[in-house]
Amino acid sequence: MSAETPDVLVVGAGPAGLAAADAARRAGARVVLLDAAGDAGGQYWRHLPASRPAAAERVLHHGWDRFAALRGQEVLTDAQVWLAERHDDRPPTLHVLVGPADGSDRVRRTFAPTTLVLATGAYERTLPFPGWDLPGVFTAGAAQALAKAERIAVGRRVVVAGAGPFLLPVAASLVRTGAQVLGVLEANGWRRLARAWSARPAELLSTRHKAGELAGYVRDLARHRIPYRTGTAVVAAHGTDRVTSVTVARLDADWAPVMGSERRVPADAVCVSHGFVPRTELAVSAGCRLTRDGGVRTDENGLTSVPGVYAAGEITGIGGADLALAEGVVAGLAAAAAADPAGGGISAGQRRDRTVNQRFAARLEAAHGIRPGWVGWLADDTVICRCEEVTAGDLRAGAAATGSRGLRSLKLSTRAGLGVCQGRVCGRTVEDLLNRHTGGLLDAGRTETRPLAAFVRLGELAAGADKEEPA
Amino acid sequence: MNPRQDPVRPGPASPITVIVDGSAVRGLAGQTVAGVLLAAGRLAWRTTRSGRPRGVFCGIGVCHDCLVTVNGLADVRACQRRAADGDTVSTEDEA
Repeated sequence: MSAETPDVLVVGAGPAGLAAADAARRAGARVVLLDAAGDAGGQYWRHLPASRPAAAERVLHHGWDRFAALRGQEVLTDAQVWLAERHDDRPPTLHVLVGPADGSDRVRRTFAPTTLVLATGAYERTLPFPGWDLPGVFTAGAAQALAKAERIAVGRRVVVAGAGPFLLPVAASLVRTGAQVLGVLEANGWRRLARAWSARPAELLSTRHKAGELAGYVRDLARHRIPYRTGTAVVAAHGTDRVTSVTVARLDADWAPVMGSERRVPADAVCVSHGFVPRTELAVSAGCRLTRDGGVRTDENGLTSVPGVYAAGEITGIGGADLALAEGVVAGLAAAAAADPAGGGISAGQRRDRTVNQRFAARLEAAHGIRPGWVGWLADDTVICRCEEVTAGDLRAGAAATGSRGLRSLKLSTRAGLGVCQGRVCGRTVEDLLNRHTGGLLDAGRTETRPLAAFVRLGELAAGADKEEPA
Repeated sequence: MNPRQDPVRPGPASPITVIVDGSAVRGLAGQTVAGVLLAAGRLAWRTTRSGRPRGVFCGIGVCHDCLVTVNGLADVRACQRRAADGDTVSTEDEA
């Protein structure tokens, strides 16, 4: 198969990838930008499809003007990378299937770029609670995606719960999609939030538009009479074949539920988010080393541990769209310069933009990061691994019965994390719980070490050769 | 939501028809299969081995809770696949 050879290949057309591709193009590089979705924008700028363009899309978005300026680029959509074929001294060759999601006869294309920028983003971390596998419990991201891209509200009476500023825009989207939001519940108390947000005020000045953005959301909640409760969580969802009510409880500073504070709230949907996990499967396949937090390790130019491979945005650590844009610009320019050293460089201002936004990301983690007391709301029969339906009790019993302290062996004996999602949803939670039960895992690694970057049908690959697009 | 009250002011969308488990379901061009099902009032369409109902959870293609069969092809993520006019969707693939 003959491979296409762009100067720079960018994977992921969210804020980081769009910014990287745009910067590399402006530096004169031949760029291919691809995304698995049917449209550019990533999760952050999800919007109605081209077949149904909206007149006032910005109502649901921040930074829409920036997206409008970036989206004019050519983007190869519906393009799923399924394999990274490694080389010693240059970026991997990427094998891509182009066509409808999970299809059976997509077009195969192969890219052997001079430099590669990975901008695959993140997905949500959702902590389990009793009843979280009932229909009507959604990740906050699902509610956001359905509201933005389909104008569908996931319920009529909705509770938004978890931790972090992301809960706020989700509530704002829900009310603008016709749902009643009963409350936004933030697990952290005012004390922790205030300490993290008021530290080093001078530093906040340089990102003051973001603080303003958050304040705007809080005003929006007040305008719609939506209570914002801190130190509070949904600790159970109830119903037989769908959610009909939830139990809300107060939490202490470590997120342990306060006994006696529980109350039942009728609701037909719950949207939950406890933060984000970098989407690193492709980076791991490409051989990139990760940080202790599970993001892709990069230098100040976004260069990873693999020659010619750069990373930008949420896969390098969770920091929000502004940081993703800043990192994208730097990585795109660095990738273009590495592909053609005669091109331009990175300005001091562009580097500073990246640093300032990194500090903001650290503040987010200090204010909203997960605390260990949450396990207090688990019951023995609470499902942890949704795919294999492994419960909290199964994990504890598995660790006790085998006496093993190996993550791999405990996953094999309990089947936690071995289902169709490959541990993407429960991986970190399984690691956390097993760490407690075993007194410390010996091979506590990340669950992301998979050979394939995406799921493919063997039949589709076998059928293949006649579907190749001439390069 | 009702397009006339929608603050986003979406443009007109062409209607599509999808056959879900033998019945015609109306949707809009550009919607995902999950969007068509949710808009038609279906919240769950898959059953786990232990018999528990599942529908959309993550909404971005990660969790695989929302799998359906589309035009005879099993294991398609309903939240990722755009519905096409005339698609046949089967949600009874667990047998």
